[in-house]
Amino acid sequence: MALTATARDVLEGAFTPLWIRGEVSDFKAHRNGHWYFCLRDEDAQLRCVAWSRERRRIPAPPDDGMQVVALGQLTIYPARGEMQFSVTRIEAEGDGLWRKALELTRARLEADGLLDPSRKRTIPRHPRRVAVITSRDGAALRDVFAVVQRRCPSVEVVLVPASVQGDSAPESLCFALDQVARWGAADVVIIGRGGGAREDLWAFNDERVARALAACPIPTISAVGHEIDMSICDLVADLRAATPSAAAEAAVPVQAELRERLRASAAVLTMLTAQRVTRGRDAAAGAARRITDGATRRIERRRLELEAAAGRLNALSPLATLERGYAIVRTGDGRTVRSVRRLVPGERVDIVLRDGAAAATVEPAAPNGESASPVASGTRSAS
Amino acid sequence: MSFEASLERLETIAARLEDDELDLDAALALFEEGIAELRAASAFLAKAETRLKQLNEAADGVFRIDDLRG
Repeated sequence: MALTATARDVLEGAFTPLWIRGEVSDFKAHRNGHWYFCLRDEDAQLRCVAWSRERRRIPAPPDDGMQVVALGQLTIYPARGEMQFSVTRIEAEGDGLWRKALELTRARLEADGLLDPSRKRTIPRHPRRVAVITSRDGAALRDVFAVVQRRCPSVEVVLVPASVQGDSAPESLCFALDQVARWGAADVVIIGRGGGAREDLWAFNDERVARALAACPIPTISAVGHEIDMSICDLVADLRAATPSAAAEAAVPVQAELRERLRASAAVLTMLTAQRVTRGRDAAAGAARRITDGATRRIERRRLELEAAAGRLNALSPLATLERGYAIVRTGDGRTVRSVRRLVPGERVDIVLRDGAAAATVEPAAPNGESASPVASGTRSAS
Repeated sequence: MSFEASLERLETIAARLEDDELDLDAALALFEEGIAELRAASAFLAKAETRLKQLNEAADGVFRIDDLRG
């Protein structure tokens, strides 16, 4: 039927793509992915189709009763001979479709537990290496780099380049996240871009990106420059920063503070060790003192014992006996005479007293109970 | 060992040095270990200039980080 085809060509030639305002009704999402609905006002209605391949820029399916403006091409569908409006973009009043799309994505992520606050990991306090997923030429990378350079220059900033806007952005961001995960050498990941129009930021509301972010084994900080609404990535990331600069500030500490902490740590270490050494020295000195004291006491005890022994010896000494008035008789060859029987009359003996000795001659004397034992008589001499 | 791990180790060492029962030899060994940690952490802080790098993946999946002139 060349007529229908010709009519279509005429219609398409007569109308360039245009925006139509109306209320959505009879919306149907077909299994094959195409959407069918009507746009109507008080006077008329227009059949619409949104082909699955051509509705990438429509954030969510419109609801019946929604006031929208739709961009499309008026055409004829030859198979049915019907006039229809082939829609490629739809804007709802009050950002209705964007909100709806966000809500749908959010609900799906929530159902899978990806928004659970208990999933949030702590951002490491002292990262060595920060990975930044953003575009190579954007302001975000420059901002992150400037903050890291100012706060903590010992931290390395590694760009993982991705396109952050346009149709290829979600895939590109997912790929970069996957790279960071496989690389595994970063301590924290910043993903984001500087501010822009809502459509420019839309990749960060993409469900695939959100899921890749949730799967990242390294703690994540989202930094999508935008104003009011949170992006889906903000909800999934371990930490949300309002801007790339804020993300960098959250990711790296101030180096001067680290230096200060190290200095304090060194001081504590030295002090505690010095204290421990002093305690050791004191303990050693104490031990030495106890040893000396013990030795001194032992020596004193020995001295006293010695004195006591000396006293006893003195008591036993014959000299002490002499002190008490006794005398010793010795023969000429110095032997002590213990019995009168040893004495021979006429023998010379010495009588030893306390203060000297006297020579004597033995006279006959008698042992006890006998008579005529020798007795001594004679001269004396002071010793 | 990372800076963070070094700091944590230093705190553990300090806590152990406060223990009155600690043997003097053990205390001195801990002190030496602490000094080594301090050196490592200071070396990390000594770098004065952030380097901007870019992650590059070769076809065989091997990663390389190259300087990026920022």
